[in-house]
Amino acid sequence: MDTVEQLRDRLLARFPGAGITVVANPSPAAQHSLLLTAATARDLALFLRDEPGLQFDQCSNVTGVDWPDKEIVDTTKVTLPDPAGGPPKVVEQKSKRVEPGCLEVVYHLYSIALRHGPVILRLRTANRTDSVTLPSLTPVWRSCEFQEREVFDLFGVVFAGHPDLRRILMWDGYQDHPMRRDYVEPDSYEWEPTPHGEVLAKARQHYPAPAAAPEAPKP
Amino acid sequence: MSVSDLTPLSAPGGSTVRAVHDEFHGDLLEVSMGPHHPSTHGVFRMIVTLDGETIVKLKPVFGYLHRNHEKLGENTTYLASMPYTDRLDYLNSMTNNWAYAVAVEKLAGLAVPERAEYVRVILAELTRLLNHSCLAGFLMQDCGCSGTPLMYAFREREKILDLFESLSGSRMMCNYQRFGGCRVDPSADWLAGAQRLTDGYGAFLDEFEALLTGNEILMARTQGVGRLSSALAISAGVTGPALRATGVAHDLRKVDGYGVYPRFDFRVPLGDHGDTYDRYMIRILEMRESLKILSQALAGLPGGPIMDPKAKLRGFRPKAGEAYGRIEGPKGEIGFYLISDGSANPYRYRVRPPSFINLTILEDMCLGRTVADAVIILGSVDIVLGEVDR
Amino acid sequence: MSDAAPAITQAERDDLRRNGILLTSLEELYNWGRSHSVWPLNFGLACCAIEMIAASMARYDIARFGSEVFRPSPRQADLLIVSGTVTKKMAPQVVRLWNQMPEPKYCIAMGACAISGGPFKQGYNVLKGIDRFIPVDIYIPGCPPRPEALLHGLVQLQAKISGQPLTGPDAPRHLRTDIECDCPVPEFGAHDLEPPQNPAVWTPPPAVVRPDKA
Repeated sequence: MDTVEQLRDRLLARFPGAGITVVANPSPAAQHSLLLTAATARDLALFLRDEPGLQFDQCSNVTGVDWPDKEIVDTTKVTLPDPAGGPPKVVEQKSKRVEPGCLEVVYHLYSIALRHGPVILRLRTANRTDSVTLPSLTPVWRSCEFQEREVFDLFGVVFAGHPDLRRILMWDGYQDHPMRRDYVEPDSYEWEPTPHGEVLAKARQHYPAPAAAPEAPKP
Repeated sequence: MSVSDLTPLSAPGGSTVRAVHDEFHGDLLEVSMGPHHPSTHGVFRMIVTLDGETIVKLKPVFGYLHRNHEKLGENTTYLASMPYTDRLDYLNSMTNNWAYAVAVEKLAGLAVPERAEYVRVILAELTRLLNHSCLAGFLMQDCGCSGTPLMYAFREREKILDLFESLSGSRMMCNYQRFGGCRVDPSADWLAGAQRLTDGYGAFLDEFEALLTGNEILMARTQGVGRLSSALAISAGVTGPALRATGVAHDLRKVDGYGVYPRFDFRVPLGDHGDTYDRYMIRILEMRESLKILSQALAGLPGGPIMDPKAKLRGFRPKAGEAYGRIEGPKGEIGFYLISDGSANPYRYRVRPPSFINLTILEDMCLGRTVADAVIILGSVDIVLGEVDR
Repeated sequence: MSDAAPAITQAERDDLRRNGILLTSLEELYNWGRSHSVWPLNFGLACCAIEMIAASMARYDIARFGSEVFRPSPRQADLLIVSGTVTKKMAPQVVRLWNQMPEPKYCIAMGACAISGGPFKQGYNVLKGIDRFIPVDIYIPGCPPRPEALLHGLVQLQAKISGQPLTGPDAPRHLRTDIECDCPVPEFGAHDLEPPQNPAVWTPPPAVVRPDKA
């Protein structure tokens, strides 16, 4: 099978200007992926499915990944001239910027006919709040039907063109998207004090420490 | 409800059934089967719309056993997720363990000693025997053959569980595989027990088949019921025996050749019709192939370590990256997709559940059939709710 | 059933029994009958359900204890074996099944999940023990409990039934008119079940934080 770069070039030759980026995977698995844009994703998916040399007829796995907003501190070195006429000083300036997060949907494609794969497609939403629509690939691979519903339910990605987009695992009136990293579950139970720091902190919050005994006067 | 509410599915090869709706036929009937229903293998629920006794719409409802496996996996270490994988498909903990171990080994680039690979194959094939026997028993239960086949299947299951228990310490939740090997080395006694079981299992299959395979009632209930075309099966991501029953030669033991499977001589049984009977028959034939693999693996088991000595159990932190690992579980392709950010916990931990994805085409198989058929079609898909809902 | 000392001691009764003379009381006979024909609801939730099935199969044979008649309908069942994780999505149906069962009825919480949420306790959709909504008679720990443990739990339940007096304040629910048997069914809310527990059957345990850990 082609490498992921060859595959990208092949797709770009067929769809010029489709905006395909290779996302490298530094782990030993070396399963690199292709980041597609929402506008062309469905055409590319159809091409991958139907092109004789590719024939990715099975979409094995669909999953969501949440990438929250990240605060990044940039450190730049600036050379300032000394007003007193001395040698210029090098000052480090720190600037904070927020890298906007996104919701990502990952598709693992295999070809049963030609026995190759995986080709990994990624789609990213513009942000995590109001612009979370991506094209549904259910019309291309039927196996996406329930899995995209699951991503919608647990991550809150809206799939345009999905035939039946409803919550699948949680109940209908549920408001949250619990697989997002910033989800806070209802605090409805007792927390046993286990050695895990996070659990212990919650236990303390639940059961405020008994009033501390007055300290013995120091001699 | 009226006909206009019915949205026909337009998938490749998908069938649609339109309800006849006039003053003579009257209203459609909506029946909620489950989540408490003896035939739904747990807490599965189907909302079935009936025209007379014919199913015109069937919507599965999931989530009654959604116990947040993936969220818990992101909040615990890599190793601590291993016991949770036992509880995914709770009939087949050994293959779940293996699939997870394969994914982590890909992520971290770990090697597995040869002896461990053989032991994994032995345990996976024992699991396949266990799962397929129980499935056949449950399927017969769904056909109305109450008790006997299931009792036979569970009699054999107990023998396999005894082996699992003596090896791992637990009957069902084995927690046996580790990243880079297996937890304990099987003793010579254990291997002799596995050999005895392998030698005797064929006799059980003969007995089971004499009871069932040529049974006229079974054939009348299952042949031609719940047909699935190979095009739809591939598009819907169906894997495992349900896919092979449609005639598609796709078995990851052959396709990926993971572990030491390429060293063994076995065949992949295929079906012709893609109906419920084929799905039953495929499993019986697969069990016979599993017995072949078991004899070869037990005969060729090499010595050596059971764990890669370089594998770290404590403080295991794979480098940033991601990996998708999959194996052929008894129910189909079970895969794990892991994203590491270099910390002790996976950043994203995803299970690719075969029973869940195999249910995508449940409606297509049931349309036009009766409720009694829907029960056995569901039984032949072979689901375990722990894996469907996770 | 007075509190006065019985006119005949247990040793004397056993002696008579050895000689073929059976002495009993109505209470004893009634409890003996119902404790040895407990019909469970055919209701499986998760992993523990497989061990429940195994307990009813040839090797463990729950029929030896009179409980092999698994009823698919709650109307015909005496015993609810909560065999597995109760999720928040499932909890209303479990409570509804419990309410549909006629008295006298009993509940076994089988396995760590049914007791407390077990290994899945920190899940957002997992109920932290079925005893938050319905009264539980027997808890069987294990993950999953072995079939023998289920049988032991059943024997414990039989002992509990046998020991119930038919009158007085300790009488079983079905012989009393002063208590409410139905449990309110929780509703699905926007973030959690509403209410998240039934205060009539469950109160939060006292503080579990040890002073030295606080």
